[in-house]
Amino acid sequence: MKAINRRQAFALGGGFVMLTLMPMAADAEVANDAAKWIEKFTGGKDPAKGKVSLDLPEIAENGNTVPLTVAVESPMTAESYVKEIMIVADGNPNAGVATLSFTPLSGKAEAAIRIRLAATQNVIAIAKMSDGALFTEQKVVKVTIGGCGG
Amino acid sequence: MADKPRIKLPKEAAKGEIIQIKTLVSHMMESGQRKDAQGKPVPRKIINKFTCEFNGKPVFSCALEPAISANPYIQFNARVDEEGTFKFAWTDDDGTVITAEEKIALKA
Repeated sequence: MKAINRRQAFALGGGFVMLTLMPMAADAEVANDAAKWIEKFTGGKDPAKGKVSLDLPEIAENGNTVPLTVAVESPMTAESYVKEIMIVADGNPNAGVATLSFTPLSGKAEAAIRIRLAATQNVIAIAKMSDGALFTEQKVVKVTIGGCGG
Repeated sequence: MADKPRIKLPKEAAKGEIIQIKTLVSHMMESGQRKDAQGKPVPRKIINKFTCEFNGKPVFSCALEPAISANPYIQFNARVDEEGTFKFAWTDDDGTVITAEEKIALKA
């Protein structure tokens, strides 16, 4: 076997650079239109942290069905209630998950659904109050098996 | 597919009580992301809207996206001030609506 010459060494080095860059490129592709969904919902305003509690498993073994519970502190009276809660997932092919609408008749601003997650990602909930105030919370969910078919 | 939706709520409640309602409807919730054996994408077919009304007044509703699991399970709450009927409706992408009703009485 002949020794590696200078040119081949350079080619090898280039290959390594490509390999290390590739995972980053893949990450960028996964990023979806979550920001657009959020902007449409908030109208460009920055939601404050707090009031919202988002309950999700830390590690989801099966991304096909991940239980999610969202609740917002609110008296839920005709004067002050939670109007809507939007849930987005920033690593799914489509960012939107669900938009929940409440009324004072809901009694409690709390709901539970089961969602699909394609990969490990952030799940974000944004609540819109009847007076227009916005609150947010987010959670990272590690997904072992993705849930968007293949 | 047109299985009866499953709904769980108490038969009666005290006036002003907040009750929990659990619903589950059978639906494959085809996300539109999967491909069939020929490699063609399977068209999206999901329940895109769920609503719940009590005596004609809206209680809870939600817009659903393909990121909702198959056989969508939705749990929410309702305040009961009077006896009456809850009406539930699930709207499919193809326009069909699955409906259900449940009555609730006030505790004496």
